[in-house]
Amino acid sequence: MTSEPAVDVRGLRKSYGDLTVLDGVDLTVAAGTVTALLGPNGAGKTTIVGILSTLLSPDGGSARVAGHDVVTQGDAVRRAIGVTGQVSAVDDLLTGVENLRLMTALHHLGRRAGRERVDALLTQFGLTEAARKPVSTWSGGMRRKLDLAMTLVGSPAVVFLDEPTTGLDPRSRRTLWDEVRALVAAGTTVLLTTQYLEEADHLADRVAVLDRGRIVAEGTAAELKSAHDAGSLDDVFLRLTEPTPDAPSAPTTREVA
Amino acid sequence: MTTATLHPTAGARPLADLLTMLRRNLLRAVRYPALTSFTVVIPVLLLLLFVFVFGGAIGAGVTPGAAPGAEGRAAYLDYITPAILLFAVVGAAQSVAITAAMDAHSGIMARFRTMAISPGSVLGGPVLGTVVQGLVAVAVVLTVAVALGFRPGAGVPGWLALVGLVALVTFATTWLCVAMGLAAPSVETASNTPMLLTALPFLSSGLVPVATMPAPVRAFAEHQPFTPVVETTRALLAGTTPDGATALLAVGWCVAVAAVGYAWSRTLYRRERR
Repeated sequence: MTSEPAVDVRGLRKSYGDLTVLDGVDLTVAAGTVTALLGPNGAGKTTIVGILSTLLSPDGGSARVAGHDVVTQGDAVRRAIGVTGQVSAVDDLLTGVENLRLMTALHHLGRRAGRERVDALLTQFGLTEAARKPVSTWSGGMRRKLDLAMTLVGSPAVVFLDEPTTGLDPRSRRTLWDEVRALVAAGTTVLLTTQYLEEADHLADRVAVLDRGRIVAEGTAAELKSAHDAGSLDDVFLRLTEPTPDAPSAPTTREVA
Repeated sequence: MTTATLHPTAGARPLADLLTMLRRNLLRAVRYPALTSFTVVIPVLLLLLFVFVFGGAIGAGVTPGAAPGAEGRAAYLDYITPAILLFAVVGAAQSVAITAAMDAHSGIMARFRTMAISPGSVLGGPVLGTVVQGLVAVAVVLTVAVALGFRPGAGVPGWLALVGLVALVTFATTWLCVAMGLAAPSVETASNTPMLLTALPFLSSGLVPVATMPAPVRAFAEHQPFTPVVETTRALLAGTTPDGATALLAVGWCVAVAAVGYAWSRTLYRRERR
């Protein structure tokens, strides 16, 4: 592959009225790696994912995904990415199979290839048993897995996961971690946001700490720990992201939705 | 290669995507029968109410020579059936506002927006699905009217024109309702604005002749889109040739409303949601 990074963000800015959500973010994710974007609520994580996935337009700076500019080459970006946001993006009225078939049809996989892809994903995520029941009857963890499976139908080169394991029990969380590792092993680039330091520590090749719209630290988990003379990422996090009770928290998709 | 546009258009295969979205919409309609049957139940209730409660008295007023009572009811059934069909159309269109709002607030629309699919396909699928539902609803309501004694006089060309007109009216109203559903702040309020559309058949020549209305109401009724649609439907159902200018006006209104609804929906689809 090329040496061009899968995600290349320079000086990204975004505000809503007077509220600055992103205040000049620089971020690079090398192809085929996992980067965790770590930060407290309202730090701007979801806004970054929103801009990278073409849902939001930046006010300033630039962002390229898989070599394409998110503003001027939106369609090319959309062809390269898969996104799992915080709000469940499954069709509750349909069954698991029907949800996945919807995705295979939109990716123009064809009847036979589509069916094989659906079966493979159901097996991979352990959803085969419930596959023909309406998703509205499924548990939160199963819906999350389906959500991710739907994102992966088109074998995207770059995957954005916005707090993928929030609200999941420990077992489901481990399953998702395994899936992310498998993805990366297969050459996919992953940018995930998380509030869980353990998740960043376990999963990510590199960690970027975001606080109040700025990247305040970036490196491997080990680098961050030694640079900040901290025993754990917890300590790094607490040292870098100071509580500001008087500052309003920036809006995120989840808080408003 | 698309360059320098904030609103890229092309999914690679928009027609295939449109059919996929149509299939999804029809599947949802089957899975959510409460919303689907609503579009038939309301017009049937209106038909029964108007014919059996008001018809005996009003029928004598709308049809010169009809005696109050049974004769009036029969006359009124003839008079209002075209308008009742339009209530079915508006009802079907309203349901799409709710499903559009459900999509916008559930996160699945955000998923579609991060995929290379054209907005026309994502939004057009539900519109075509609603046209199908609207035609089915109209057929059911018309069957009830026939069971009550309504006797359409349309020949084959008349029926074909009627199907075309109903499809066109549904298409136009539905695009408008998609936009209204996307503009709604929540799923619960999604049907509020479209509810106003329900008032339009009342304020047309559908239920009483406009000549009996006070001047300001009459002026509105004479110039709003449902009146030429009702008049054309009435002529087609009766088997007479519709007035050319009126039919043209009906079609013109539909095309204009559809264009506005489509443009508005597209804008709202790409709008940033936080």
